[in-house]
Amino acid sequence: MSLPRVDPPPFPPPYPPGNPRFGSGDAVRVRPGIAPGHIRTPWYLRGKTGVVERVCGAFGKPEELAYGRDGGRVPLYRVRFTMQEVWGGKASRPDDTIDAEIFEHWLEAADAP
Amino acid sequence: MPHDHHDHLSPSGHPYRPDNDEALSYWQTMEIAVRELLVENGITTLAEINEQIEAMDRRSPADGAKVVARAWVDPAFKARLLADGSAAMKELGFEPDFMKLVVVENTDEVHNVVVCTLCSCYPRNLLGLPPDWYKTRAYRSRTVKEPRTVLSEFGLELAHDLRVQVHDSTADMRYLVLPRRPDGTEGWPEEKLAQIVTRDCMIGVAVPNPA
Repeated sequence: MSLPRVDPPPFPPPYPPGNPRFGSGDAVRVRPGIAPGHIRTPWYLRGKTGVVERVCGAFGKPEELAYGRDGGRVPLYRVRFTMQEVWGGKASRPDDTIDAEIFEHWLEAADAP
Repeated sequence: MPHDHHDHLSPSGHPYRPDNDEALSYWQTMEIAVRELLVENGITTLAEINEQIEAMDRRSPADGAKVVARAWVDPAFKARLLADGSAAMKELGFEPDFMKLVVVENTDEVHNVVVCTLCSCYPRNLLGLPPDWYKTRAYRSRTVKEPRTVLSEFGLELAHDLRVQVHDSTADMRYLVLPRRPDGTEGWPEEKLAQIVTRDCMIGVAVPNPA
């Protein structure tokens, strides 16, 4: 597993974060799940492990919002991945990184079974 | 001289573009129906809709350039901009509305580039409408996989020891790259600095050129 370095931002989230389970620097894995409907967790990151860069705040759950339902607010994170983790041997520069916003219900601790 | 070779060209020598007078699509019909119902029921007016379109058209990368130039000359503003982009752009009179702006800073270690692999998320309230290439499947799929190749096709060759950090705008945040202030711009007034900050610099596919 190839994890990137993350420097925690020297400021708090500008939006109410709710009660986030993870914090900057935590290693997390994107759930490899498949779900119907409107999802904002890209395919290429499912099952990949990265490090929380920052907590953005808590925002509406896209799977519910897309159908006009109020699914409450869920903590949203920016998670950083190495190219090595995402693309494996096909990565042209393994240490370059990708940051993406992932909602908490799509994340689990990297050491979860 | 046979004339029929040129029948598909206008008198100026350019090909005629097909007229867009085909039947409305399902979603075009739906948009017209919803708009007419909103107006008929007094929820909005055509004047309000036009004003919104004009407000969108008034935004341009020049707005973002002013924000970048201010951050270059005012370290306290830069700190506020990195901590809360939407609040900081408001200080300069730019209205974020619902946009949640995250500003990412290029340094001597990191070069940032922004993409939206899922659709075309873009900081429209600061930069205006995105360029067409930003919405293409090629840019969206290749930037997360081979960013250095994509950047080199834009004419940007990065130093080997810089880390490329791609930002995929997958959810509620919108991203603006704060470029490095180039050497040779010491003492420049803010207005002159803003002129070298192009749209592409703030997406991250270019860097400011003071020449």
